[in-house]
Amino acid sequence: MNNETIANILLTTILPGNFVLAMFLGMCPFLGVSQKLETALPMGLATAFVIMVASISAYFMNLLLVHFHLEFLSVITFITVIACTVQLVEMFVKKYFPVLFRQLGIYLPLIATNCAVLGVALFQTARQYNFTQSLAYSIGGGIGFTLALVLMAGLRERLQLANVPTLVQGTAISLIVGGLLSLAFMGFAGIGAGE
Amino acid sequence: MNSTISNFDEFMDGLWKQNPIFVMVLGMCPTLAVTVSAVNSISMGLATTFVLVASCMLISMLRHAIPKEVRIASYIVIIATFVTVVDYAIQAISLDLYEALGAYIKLIVANCILLGRAEAHAARNPPVPATLNAIGMGLGFTLGLLAIGGVREIFGAGKLFGIALFGPHFQPWVVMVLPPGGFFVLAGWLILFAGIKANKQRKIDAEQALKGAQA
Repeated sequence: MNNETIANILLTTILPGNFVLAMFLGMCPFLGVSQKLETALPMGLATAFVIMVASISAYFMNLLLVHFHLEFLSVITFITVIACTVQLVEMFVKKYFPVLFRQLGIYLPLIATNCAVLGVALFQTARQYNFTQSLAYSIGGGIGFTLALVLMAGLRERLQLANVPTLVQGTAISLIVGGLLSLAFMGFAGIGAGE
Repeated sequence: MNSTISNFDEFMDGLWKQNPIFVMVLGMCPTLAVTVSAVNSISMGLATTFVLVASCMLISMLRHAIPKEVRIASYIVIIATFVTVVDYAIQAISLDLYEALGAYIKLIVANCILLGRAEAHAARNPPVPATLNAIGMGLGFTLGLLAIGGVREIFGAGKLFGIALFGPHFQPWVVMVLPPGGFFVLAGWLILFAGIKANKQRKIDAEQALKGAQA
């Protein structure tokens, strides 16, 4: 069992242990959807919601798997649960926020293959978090993901006005910006680490 | 004869021309997360290659049997099965390696390269070219991981494959093995390749201009 406090988990996953900038989970949307602020925020929130639902379902699925001694099925079970959750969110967004649905386009179904979602399910199991700890972990992870995405989108909007050398344009400059952001987030190291 | 050339092309396509890391920029999560040392990079690359080859082969064989509507779900289940196999195999072979790679072996499931290749290539081609393409892609991915992992290990720890390269007074460049190092090294490689490409293009342009002047 793990005795980390809720506040500790929340703080750690948002700042020093940020999913995107410290653990490299969910890099694809981080580099793909972070062009504009107005799509980055809803994308981040949609992913945060999926992370939370996936985490709750993964917690109960894991209890079931452990009960029947079927731990080797965990990867298959988690990914199937996540795919179903994403489908559900997609239908929900399509019904109630049609404009947003058109804006997000292909990236909405792609949440299913977002490492961050599966990562939460796997890490919370590996760390033996209990239910409230898992919930805090997933909420913190979602907020951290949204924060990273929004910060990156803001930086990239500014970058469009900057004079970038031809060689560095495209993915390379995004990676350098990501690296600097990651460096900045390392400055938070130590927050929430104390007992 | 003709078909062997095209098969060879399928293989080289993934290894070089469409390298998943440097050209398509796919599968970034493991690329940046596990490449702190050359050994980790190679094992991660080979594990991904195995899953990629096995699942592409199976998907290509089943391509007429899987209904269009549920194809993504079927691919994911197939991929997840092979990932579980690899996960347990690595745990059995080396526990140290298993601890070093951590949950990232299981996260191969969510690697975009796998689903991307399954959807874009394996589902549309017969098993032989699909397998060769998958092998090429897998080795290309391994090569890319090794290129990043090698640089990070040399600068960050002063070693390569665990062998110390510099004298005892080497001051490790710690940032390289920390998360930001992954971003910077990958960006560096991308800039290098962009430079080579631009150089080549300039030479071709110069030659054409020369030919034009002579004519």
